[in-house]
Amino acid sequence: MPWLSILMAVPVLGAVGVSLTKSDKLAKQLALAVSLVVLALTGVMAAQFNPSSATRFQFAEVYDWIPRFGVHYGVGVDGIALVLIALSAVLVPIVILASWHDADGTGAAAPPKRSVKTYFALLLVLEAMMIGVFAATDVFLFYVFFEAMLIPMYFMIGSYGGAQRSYAAVKFLLYSLFGGLLMLVAVIALYVIADKGTFMFPELVGVIQDPNTQKWLFLGFFIAFAVKAPLWPFHTWLPDAAAQAPAGAAVLLVGVLDKVGTYGMLRFCLELFPDAAKFFTPLVIVLSVVGIVYGAIVAIGQTDIKRLIAYTSISHFGFIALGVFAMTAHGGAGATLYMVNHGFSTGALFLIAGFLIYRRGSSQIADYGGVQKVAPLLAGTFLIAGLSGLSLPGLSSFVSEFMVLLGTYERYAVPAIIATSGVILAAIYILWMYQRTMTGPTAESVKGFTDLNIRERWVVAPLIAVIIALGFFPKPVLDVINPAVDQTLSNVHVDQFTPAVADKKGAGQ
Amino acid sequence: MNGTIQAPTIEYALLSPMLIVFGAAIIGVLVEAFAPRYLRKSIHVPLTLLALVGAFITTILTALNGLPDKAAAMGAVAVDGPSLFIWGIILVLAFISVLLINDDEQFVAQASAVPGSTDEEEAVRSGFAQTEVYPLALFAVGGMLLFPASNDLLVMFVALEVMSLPLYLLCGLARRRRLLSQEASVKYFLLGAFSSAFFLYGMALVYGYAGSIELKAIADSLSTVTGQDTLLYIGTAMLGVGLLFKIGAAPFQAWKPDVYQGAPTAITALMASTVLVAAFGALLRVFWVALGGLEWNWQPVMWGVAILTMIVGAVLAITQTDIKRMLAYSSVAHGGFLLTGVIAIGTFAQNTQALSAILFYLAAYGFTTVGAFAVVTMVRDAGGEAGHLSRWAGLGKRSPVLAAIFAFFLLAFAGIPLTSGFFGKYAVFAAAVSGGALPLVIVGVVSSAIAAFFYVRVIVLMFFSEPAADGPTIATPTLGTSAVVALAAAATVVLGIFPQPVLDLADQAASALFIR
Repeated sequence: MPWLSILMAVPVLGAVGVSLTKSDKLAKQLALAVSLVVLALTGVMAAQFNPSSATRFQFAEVYDWIPRFGVHYGVGVDGIALVLIALSAVLVPIVILASWHDADGTGAAAPPKRSVKTYFALLLVLEAMMIGVFAATDVFLFYVFFEAMLIPMYFMIGSYGGAQRSYAAVKFLLYSLFGGLLMLVAVIALYVIADKGTFMFPELVGVIQDPNTQKWLFLGFFIAFAVKAPLWPFHTWLPDAAAQAPAGAAVLLVGVLDKVGTYGMLRFCLELFPDAAKFFTPLVIVLSVVGIVYGAIVAIGQTDIKRLIAYTSISHFGFIALGVFAMTAHGGAGATLYMVNHGFSTGALFLIAGFLIYRRGSSQIADYGGVQKVAPLLAGTFLIAGLSGLSLPGLSSFVSEFMVLLGTYERYAVPAIIATSGVILAAIYILWMYQRTMTGPTAESVKGFTDLNIRERWVVAPLIAVIIALGFFPKPVLDVINPAVDQTLSNVHVDQFTPAVADKKGAGQ
Repeated sequence: MNGTIQAPTIEYALLSPMLIVFGAAIIGVLVEAFAPRYLRKSIHVPLTLLALVGAFITTILTALNGLPDKAAAMGAVAVDGPSLFIWGIILVLAFISVLLINDDEQFVAQASAVPGSTDEEEAVRSGFAQTEVYPLALFAVGGMLLFPASNDLLVMFVALEVMSLPLYLLCGLARRRRLLSQEASVKYFLLGAFSSAFFLYGMALVYGYAGSIELKAIADSLSTVTGQDTLLYIGTAMLGVGLLFKIGAAPFQAWKPDVYQGAPTAITALMASTVLVAAFGALLRVFWVALGGLEWNWQPVMWGVAILTMIVGAVLAITQTDIKRMLAYSSVAHGGFLLTGVIAIGTFAQNTQALSAILFYLAAYGFTTVGAFAVVTMVRDAGGEAGHLSRWAGLGKRSPVLAAIFAFFLLAFAGIPLTSGFFGKYAVFAAAVSGGALPLVIVGVVSSAIAAFFYVRVIVLMFFSEPAADGPTIATPTLGTSAVVALAAAATVVLGIFPQPVLDLADQAASALFIR
């Protein structure tokens, strides 16, 4: 069964259906139903996935798309791609439910009424592209999704965002386009130099041998991914985009779209250009560590909730990139798991912050205070999501952050030690934000707050459940990830580091 | 000498597309002379469209019959794969542009009336129309067909003039803002005349070097004639100036924004799409066929021109506040992208790849351009089209479908994947990279990124800005205009998702390169 094509086709057809509906209410319900169907299909597909299979890309489909350019419609997933697709499939219905009133023109800030159908249709189109970008096994197809997915997100930020939305949307688009165009040069050059007449990823692995060529091509890909992820110093678009985007779009932007950057580093930069990746590792590690510390410190200073969460993500992306470029089994698996966990915990933070902002009409931390007394559920779930963000043991992010740090320490002790300070800084920014908004005397403007309603509880409950479940029992996910990471690292030809003490990999097992 | 003169052979079948178009144009002139005023338009429109369809069908038939291996009409006209492909594009684009021209609102009632005079009012009141537009357009299209197919420089020069003169005239026929339109016309004429003179002089110098004006003979002479290099170099440069002017490559791009802005938008659509196609065909023929052996000499200059064109087009477009001027500079930038393909000359395989890339790009760009200008004709103020960008604010709220289609065209210009523009750009850049012009491609993507800024800015205006209280009205499109927009949008989608059939066609057309 062509699972991956179905996964992409269903949301696209759903988007068409949504844009044809007569009433806004029907549009929302249809969008939710479609996304739940996608989730169910993803679940069935994931159940059939065999992590220990010898074939690397499962559910593979390869058809000629443009034979003239050697371009295929080639999709298939390994463990890394599968968990990221699952992340997208889980987040989209949650986001749709959370965005129920985003385009209605309701809420305390009284935004203008906008086209509800368009918003949900864009969400579904974006879902199809998110699945496509992770599933693509053809480098060109990956590039097509990589660029095309900017457009729905651009319209979601630009049409449905906050006051500065058009500035933020343009900045987002231009940064990403610029990176993407550099990648386009590298993609073309890869094709020409490899001279294989194909863009299929498995056939391109290990083809480029010349170290100098590798370096240039690596840079072409890497800058695009570093802008996308984003790594310091390419990050400046993210706080603007995430702060101006509606909360649901921000979740998908930071939770999934940005993962394409780190995913691309792991899949393409490392495997296609292993020697160059090793050559540039010190540079990337420095950028990552600077990002970890810088993002965290700047986050502490933020006065806007959404900007604050965006900066914490910059710090977290530093961890992910660190794990990817540590090139150890722990680092790679930890980074992949981190991509998933970060999607859920930051998603929860953004969505709950969105509920908060919907009630008050302001995203300034100073406008809140003592929310906990009037809306205990809201405050409580916000705290759990926040604690996951600061990697409290027992919550999901801890496992991955620990694995990344462990994996990095095995090879690069000093950067790992510096990166650890990110954990402490995380406690400051999260807890201080919680303290200022949720505790203390109830602010006048907060008095009338209602607690989470039924819809909002349905949004938050699955996220919190996943965060706790993965915090205690990450094994199922790691079992899927580990073989894929090992495969990746064997293509990179790194000597596996075997620590003297730990005899089994997967610290969370 | 026995006194008998061999009669020249003319392959009428091969030349039939041009003969049909020119024939219909002459009939059009007769219609102007003899048909009563009220009948003229109803004769012209079907005549023009039928002529274009007929020419298109004969083009296809010629292509199906197999390509001739030598030039037609005693070596004067080369009907080869690239020519036929270019003819096909030009005829289709001309057809949809004529659908757009078929809108009386665009054209002046009486061109000879002084703007603002009582004569003009009189002409408007009595419902005059300059129906000469149709035969003029046909003459221009005929010239465009001959231009890229000419196999010697003299024919090429004649074609250049046949193509250009009607266009100079058509530019001055805008109904609104007539002074601007007439200024554009004069500017275009003066600069065009200069460039033609350059071309002619270059031709003379090359003749002085090679002793022939046939492209093949010039190519052969490159390896035999010695000691006359100065003539050749100056001649080549001057031919280049004449051709690059028509493309609008920097530093010869100055006419484009003025002319595009002043001309009636339907004519702008015709020019922007078809002239570029024809001019690239001619440029390729001169530089690849006649001067291919001289590539080491012209390539560096062309590098400079391409880089300058891309950057000038992209950067100056940012500063524009008029939609048509912006599209004009965007067309300059696209000319630069196409030039990267012209430079990518090398082995035979390399040349066919570059040629087919250019052909595909021209097809993709042409459709999108006609569509974009068709949308421009529909957004109107009290005094005609709403050219100023600020008037486009909030169009997405007022008329979402139209704005969405225009946004789609802009994204295609910007080269976003899943639009035709992306594959065009990709094909040309890929050819350039394999031709060793990587730095050029890097300049290309950087200027693409700059160009994306102003395309995106229009989208921001249309969708993310609040509409002005007295915003422009959206004219209810005529059947023709809606057909144009629909066709262009469909072509942009199809070429963006399933480009393979057209790529195959372009490959086939390019497979034997140019005949000599």
